[in-house]
Amino acid sequence: MLKTFRIGGIHPKENKISAGNAIQPIAIPDQVIIPLSQHIGAPCQPVVKKGDNVKVGTLIGKSVGFVSANIHSSVSGTVLKIDKTLDASGYKRDAVFIKVEGDEWESSIDRSPDLKKSCDLVPGEVLDKIAAAGIVGMGGATFPSHVKLTPPPGTKAEILIINGVECEPWLTSDHQLMMEKADEILVGTTLVMKALKVQKAIIGIENNKQDVIALFTQKVKDYAGIHVQPLKVQYPQGGEKQLIDALTGRQISSGALPISVGAVVQNVGTVFAIYEAVQKNKPLVERVVTVTGKEVKQPCNILSRVGIPLSDLIGVAGGLPETTGKVVSGGPMMGKALASTDIPVTKGTSGILIIPTLEAKRNAMKDCIRCAKCVSVCPMGLNPTLLMNLTEYEVWDRAEKEHITDCIECGSCSYTCPADRPLLDYIRLGKGKVNGIIRTRKN
Amino acid sequence: MSVLLTAVATLGAIGAGSAAILYMVGQKFKVEEDPRIQEVQDSLPAANCGGCGFPGCASFASACVKAESMENLFCPVGGQDTMDKVAAILGRKAPVVAKKIAVVRCNGTCDSRPRLNLYDGASKCTIASALYGGDTGCSFGCLGLGDCVDSCTFDAIHINPLTMLPEVVEDKCTACGACVKACPKDIIELRKQGPKSRRIYVSCVNKDKGGVAKKACDVACIGCSKCQQVCPFEAITIENNLAFIIDDKCRLCRKCVPVCPTKSILELNFPLRKETPPAPKEEDATVIA
Repeated sequence: MLKTFRIGGIHPKENKISAGNAIQPIAIPDQVIIPLSQHIGAPCQPVVKKGDNVKVGTLIGKSVGFVSANIHSSVSGTVLKIDKTLDASGYKRDAVFIKVEGDEWESSIDRSPDLKKSCDLVPGEVLDKIAAAGIVGMGGATFPSHVKLTPPPGTKAEILIINGVECEPWLTSDHQLMMEKADEILVGTTLVMKALKVQKAIIGIENNKQDVIALFTQKVKDYAGIHVQPLKVQYPQGGEKQLIDALTGRQISSGALPISVGAVVQNVGTVFAIYEAVQKNKPLVERVVTVTGKEVKQPCNILSRVGIPLSDLIGVAGGLPETTGKVVSGGPMMGKALASTDIPVTKGTSGILIIPTLEAKRNAMKDCIRCAKCVSVCPMGLNPTLLMNLTEYEVWDRAEKEHITDCIECGSCSYTCPADRPLLDYIRLGKGKVNGIIRTRKN
Repeated sequence: MSVLLTAVATLGAIGAGSAAILYMVGQKFKVEEDPRIQEVQDSLPAANCGGCGFPGCASFASACVKAESMENLFCPVGGQDTMDKVAAILGRKAPVVAKKIAVVRCNGTCDSRPRLNLYDGASKCTIASALYGGDTGCSFGCLGLGDCVDSCTFDAIHINPLTMLPEVVEDKCTACGACVKACPKDIIELRKQGPKSRRIYVSCVNKDKGGVAKKACDVACIGCSKCQQVCPFEAITIENNLAFIIDDKCRLCRKCVPVCPTKSILELNFPLRKETPPAPKEEDATVIA
């Protein structure tokens, strides 16, 4: 019996059609647009101006505030302007426009493909390097990694959990990265263990990635303290709290952080970026993006620089099919429909999913039949139909008591609802309102 | 017969006993309420809309009675007449407050603001605005999903199906401000209704640079400041590429309306213009002097 998390969960059709397709490069266009807000937290302050020359890896946005991450140029060339551009949030945000000239890298970056295992830095130095390189959680949440790897005072990390679950249907970027960069990921894991001063790490991998499980089980023998744990395929196992439950059996109380049970979770993509940052001095300027969809001609995994427009990536995959109804950034469950394909790739773009018109349209909302399917699938043990009603009628105090702020926005409730009710849309709205109320009360 | 008598006597005794207890309790815990509160409440419209800033008409009435003066107390539904009545009951004088009305500061109709994509999520502006900027190139404008319509207790705002924009029914709007709070884009504003309902306002909230705004919408304010230059009363400010007409300073001279290159300044309920723009009225001139 394979392990999984205890409460709720669903198993949508996996559709990982791009699995096994080697990560391929993409041509750099004439101009890239690098948004200054690619992470959760305060947007970066630009440190370049119009006309400045930049190389790959030059710092262009400096983090301000504690929860924030540096942003580096992903190309070499000249800064055209700093202006607003539409990003995946659907709003215009500040971004640096760079005209591409050649492909010159900062001299400090080690571009050799050799694996560098040894590291004689002390934990503090590792963290400083991670912070300087602007590493963020690459599973999609884009939380700055150095913040996550600095446990708040009074808490101590005991175990590191590496998220190789990739529970979102369709997406295969992590899968392919694990196949091609297994050693780098494992070295990265030891670096994170060092930064956190923990002796034990578990890599959780869902059972639909047998090749990865076999590869990692073989490789971890050379690395002390790292274990591989196959998991039953269940969405949303990639959620921090669900993964900790599945791997360690520890449950996190309402409103608490994973560190409260001594666990720190990092995505495999993030760990790979940490390896490159610490061992090769390479800031986070590129990532693997899956481009996939039912009608996509060549579903693929692309190693894309940050700032390349999504339309270029779609071009590599054979262009937008005529039947396209929706282009989603991320997976089908938690991804976000985009208003335009000119939006640039950011640190959090894990995939582009192209959904045909027929499947993109939502069904009309019907009345709730009180079947409680949403209640049984909610991985946080909430009552989605109640929370939706409380939001609709703006009963914020009751919504707070019903733990609306614990919602992880996985969308299992909306997915399973036979009456096609937009449960998550409402709950997300209510969660935002209640969080706002809590913040004002604290101040 | 005796059974009947016993029953009547017993029930009568219980009744009389309970009445005595209730009377005593009533006397003991009697709440002395200012009788004027009820009087004031009776003169209020009983809409309980919350437009005054209090939870309902009853709490507004008690606030009126408790307050030292009538400053900052105003029932937008009842208007000046009601406040005069309330002031008369309390033996005070109500300050004169100009009647206000809700205005929708977006004129991006389907023709002037082409749709670039289709939103089919939950039909609520607050949800849509949390997801993205909207189905047009303008991320500031009206989403047309009708949160303002749902919030209005007076049936005074409706979405026009041709323009997909909300329209305010002048006779019904009480300026309670519910739609202002409901709109996630902060498009609706309470402005002075003006003499004969005449008013002028910038019907745009787009803060993008001129070129970007114009590309997204034909009637967007591009922040060109032509209106600001022509205004004789310094009533127009330009901030973040957006013009705004200050209600208290505007004297409704209408000079700004024809100079606007994108026709984003609207004039309502004015008589038709003559060929040449009319000179400022005499009363306006005296004000400047």
